[in-house]
Amino acid sequence: MSFEPFSSITSGTIVLSQNNIDTDQIIPARFLTTTSRSGLGKSVFYDWRYDAQGDLRADSVLDAVPPESHQVLVAGANFGCGSSREHAPWALSDFGFRVVISSDIADIFKSNALKNGLLPVEIDNAAHAELLSMPGQDVTVDLEKQIVTYGADRSASFNVEPFARRCLLDGVDPLGHLLNQMDTVQQYESARS
Amino acid sequence: MAKTLFDKLWERHVVVPETEEAPAVLYIDLHLIHEVTSPQAFTVLQERGLKVRRPDLTIGTLDHSTPTLPPDQNGKLPYISAQAEKQVHTLIDNCQEHGIELFGLDDPRRGIVHVIGPELGLTQPGKTIVCGDSHTSTHGAFGALAFGIGTTEVGHVLATQCVLQRKPKTMRIQFDGALPKGSSAKDMALAFIAHIGADGGQGYAIEFAGEAVRALSMEGRMTLCNMSIEAGARSGMVAPDETTFNWLNGRDYAPRDSDWARAVADWRSLCTDEEAVFDKEVQIDVSDLRPMITFGVSPDAAIAVDSDMPHGVDEAARLANEYMQFEEGQSFSKAAVDRVFIGSCTNSRLSDLREAAAIMRGRRVQDGVTALVVPGSEAVRKAAEAENLHEVFLAAGAQWRLPGCSMCIGMNGDQGQPGELVISTSNRNFIGRQGKGVRTVLASPATAAASAVAGHIADPRQFMDQES
Repeated sequence: MSFEPFSSITSGTIVLSQNNIDTDQIIPARFLTTTSRSGLGKSVFYDWRYDAQGDLRADSVLDAVPPESHQVLVAGANFGCGSSREHAPWALSDFGFRVVISSDIADIFKSNALKNGLLPVEIDNAAHAELLSMPGQDVTVDLEKQIVTYGADRSASFNVEPFARRCLLDGVDPLGHLLNQMDTVQQYESARS
Repeated sequence: MAKTLFDKLWERHVVVPETEEAPAVLYIDLHLIHEVTSPQAFTVLQERGLKVRRPDLTIGTLDHSTPTLPPDQNGKLPYISAQAEKQVHTLIDNCQEHGIELFGLDDPRRGIVHVIGPELGLTQPGKTIVCGDSHTSTHGAFGALAFGIGTTEVGHVLATQCVLQRKPKTMRIQFDGALPKGSSAKDMALAFIAHIGADGGQGYAIEFAGEAVRALSMEGRMTLCNMSIEAGARSGMVAPDETTFNWLNGRDYAPRDSDWARAVADWRSLCTDEEAVFDKEVQIDVSDLRPMITFGVSPDAAIAVDSDMPHGVDEAARLANEYMQFEEGQSFSKAAVDRVFIGSCTNSRLSDLREAAAIMRGRRVQDGVTALVVPGSEAVRKAAEAENLHEVFLAAGAQWRLPGCSMCIGMNGDQGQPGELVISTSNRNFIGRQGKGVRTVLASPATAAASAVAGHIADPRQFMDQES
């Protein structure tokens, strides 16, 4: 999967404050019959955004602002729990998000997001609560320094797994990294058989 | 140094140890694939001109998008959409192209990926097992290190037979006491998730231990490990013992003859050393564990079936209550049921169907309730039919379907209608998981069957007492 290398972005936030936003909310299972990775953005959070007739709801938070200027999703704790579907980060990226901020992001989602140029950012509870209360806030997410800054003087640090961070910053390809170690894998296989 | 079961499994599979800069390269012994999370991985292989490195360690099955209703007169399966059918055929084509064994549509070994792996003896103690499916934790019941991965990682495993992994922390959940009659592994699962929370296991590999776990059948252990992910843990495991060995012996892919003895001798070493230290320990006494149900929209919102609806403690709980339409303080037995689903990788094995049939035998599903019984695999279907369990379900007015994931995820069209209350033996009560606007209550097969018969959420023990 190719995506833009990530260093730092400044953008407005969209806030979805619920805890435990699971991947079935992010992309309902009926959209998973696709055999492609692209085009899922229109179905992201489908049941939150569209009414029973398939019309966009007037109160859809995700559609109230232009996605180009709101590339940071701030969500409640345990974001991305549930199914391992990589369609969730595919859909969020395709919609226009580059960053998801929460106090706590589910494991498999985090791993999937990092492989698709969508940066999962886990910050402390106080800063998280603050960002949840300021939808639309411009934030700067700096992956090099691993810091989120917002407002006049507010900031929160975060950690990204070092290898995934390097992949995002330098465009290192994890599959290439694995393929480079095939000799060692072969030795391992021979030693075991 | 004393080691946990997890440490032993991990160490056996490290090809390149982790450093500060890079995760470990971890070798995978068994890669299970299904139609939903694999197509884009094969596309990457094709784009990059890569082959499947070890087709012999890769097994495919069809389960998520497959219909559970039989083919029509022309032999055509009633797919929900052309796209679903295309997805199924994409896996068939990919397996053929790459020389991967596939348990396809007419194969007697086909079934839900987490049911067939164990049932065929592919799942074995000491193995690392991955699948693009979060319920891969199920296979940990055999003392395997098994976890769900995303589609990019499916591609990594296809191309290299390895994944890049950071070593997780370890947690032991000790279940003490003897499980009372009427309660099952599903109730233990819901109890521990309620105890540690939907994110309580995040970053941990869980080992389930204690007297009550030892007493569980393999099916029960699978149910327990299956739901590890509902507490946020990618893997759950149980150390193998005689129950494990007896269950595996003679299965298609299990070692045979002298290999069997050698394997068992090795498997006996797969246990946590007495002095080993876990990053976290949890203790749960099951002596008084009552049948459990969920009342909210996250699996950790679980409570004993004979309790009253709790009061919403915060905004999130109040929103969940509003969606579920249970009134605070009400008895759950006042909640009328529209639909019952007995199936899924959590509870679709023979023992689960027996548990449900024991309640339905000689009784009728309440008028107005639709009950679906979906065996986890063709082998389960055959075994259940050999015991005439299907006759019990059909006589009760339930539907007996073909194997697949069915209403657990609803991808094949098996869904509830908006507003319906569904008692489900599956693993997720997320909003809309079983159909738009559907309210899902998770429960054991016994509780689901009792609710089908009663027409409202019911305590299965009421029906069991009448039998004795």
